[in-house]
Amino acid sequence: MAFTTLEELAKHLNDGEATAAELSTAYLERIAAHNETLNAFVHIDAETTLAQARASDSHRAKHGPRPLEGLPIAVKDIFCTTGMPTTCCSNILKGFNAAYDAHVISRLREAGAVFLGKTNMDEFAMGSSNETSAFGPARNPWDVERTPGGSSGGSAAAVAADLAPAALGTDTGGSIRQPAGLTGTVGLKPTYGRVSRRGIIAFASSLDQAGPMTRSVRDTALLASVLCGHDAGDATSVADAPVIDWLQAAGRLDLYGLKIGRPREYFVDGMHPEVRQRVEEALQRCADLGAEIVDISLPHTQYAVAAYYVIAPSEASANLARYDGVRYGVRCDNPSDLADMYTRSRDEGFGSEVKRRILTGTFALSSGYYDAYYKKAQQVRTLLRRDFDDAFAKVDVIATPTSPTPAFKLGEKIDDPLTMYLNDIFTIAVNLAGLPGLSQPCGMADGLPVGLQWIAPAWREDTILGAAHAFEAATDWHRQTPEGYS
Amino acid sequence: MDVKQVAELARIRLTDEEAAEIGPQMESIIGYVESMNALDTADIPPTAHPHDAAMPLRPDVVSNTNRRDELLAGAPLAESGLFVVPKVIEGQ
Repeated sequence: MAFTTLEELAKHLNDGEATAAELSTAYLERIAAHNETLNAFVHIDAETTLAQARASDSHRAKHGPRPLEGLPIAVKDIFCTTGMPTTCCSNILKGFNAAYDAHVISRLREAGAVFLGKTNMDEFAMGSSNETSAFGPARNPWDVERTPGGSSGGSAAAVAADLAPAALGTDTGGSIRQPAGLTGTVGLKPTYGRVSRRGIIAFASSLDQAGPMTRSVRDTALLASVLCGHDAGDATSVADAPVIDWLQAAGRLDLYGLKIGRPREYFVDGMHPEVRQRVEEALQRCADLGAEIVDISLPHTQYAVAAYYVIAPSEASANLARYDGVRYGVRCDNPSDLADMYTRSRDEGFGSEVKRRILTGTFALSSGYYDAYYKKAQQVRTLLRRDFDDAFAKVDVIATPTSPTPAFKLGEKIDDPLTMYLNDIFTIAVNLAGLPGLSQPCGMADGLPVGLQWIAPAWREDTILGAAHAFEAATDWHRQTPEGYS
Repeated sequence: MDVKQVAELARIRLTDEEAAEIGPQMESIIGYVESMNALDTADIPPTAHPHDAAMPLRPDVVSNTNRRDELLAGAPLAESGLFVVPKVIEGQ
């Protein structure tokens, strides 16, 4: 039964071959067997999960199944969840219990999903390796000495080892796509504004989006169909977003008539040669399926990481001002006065990467530096958007590697923040432009998964899902599983 | 860059050891960020939001119920329905 897709699990449930309670029990057993090694989950509560599963079984018996009836899903610890702790893997939120569910959590509950627990992540989603987590890093099931990527590393590790058939992640600069790429799973960052951010602990509000992480393109489409939609409680949730038929889009089997852009700036010296080769082979496969491959240029790509490391820390420095030791979270012992309480609570509660980003953002926004850094970065953001606008005048979709290398070793980059940041060089521009992006497995390099990234114009997730599904149907990379978890 | 002064603005106490570690790292990040200066952006409008969307309006109706006690339950220190903080006013 291991490594079954949501679609197949739903069929088992609908055919009466299994109950939601049995399914959740099986997953809780897998978590119990492997979580000590993988550290993918940071909060597990079998009783709560089983109560939800039994409630789902009785809902099915009385009213018939809802779209995700009885399907178990893991949730990144960044989503506010009633009945389970929410800590963003930070010591400053130790013991925090949210008073309400994130909008997407409510949507999943209403669709009948069952929550397996909260997954590990970089503290406040700031990191690319899961190593900044207050709970220690999640590990990559393909090689436990290596990172599963970040920041949604626990969700990726859980799905890759089938401790969960699917998980929720968030993506500010690549935090769904990069870990999906490094673990051989599928991850979608929807268009900015498709998914409500209400109840998702904010990192960089103009970049953050939530999305699904699964083992098939159709499962990603199924979850996206539930997660996406307008929420009046988030002013950046777009009310008149074009509606697409997610599952129909993820049914495409050939690529005739599709123009795929191959941006020369994403195939560069310094990337792992096998990663490059796997992605070139994937593009050839797409050509065999009928697509036309068009060489394009996104000329400002090399400035994306620089713009991001001004904009994201600036927004983070404002968002994280709320952790002041007053309203929630942790307060230092015996503060001598108010200033001592603020400064010591924040020193003791935040880890070093979070401090580094708050300080970088504070510096970029401070008097005398605003124009040189923040405004400049926003102008570069405009240039990056225009690059994509020009490209999408010529092609329907863009294909690139998700990351320049396969999963790196834990400890390899953590002492050098800038080297760590450059790992996200292929995913960051998508967030700055607000576009949808998806990573899917397209082969192996050094025995580790390689991710293929698809990028489409705003609101055209259907184009991405169609291309990704046709590729998946013609290959079997998504069926490769790490040893020791069958 | 005076990292201690930036830390004061951000209300984060930094020990001398932390400042000695984070200072050079921030210098390196800011140095990298300055690669943007190679671009002439004089006539380029800034992007604050990916879709240039106007802020939507909604009807001004009460939607939140009184959940004072639930919300206070997560506070490090609360009393009589209020958040408790160290004394901020000097004198008697």
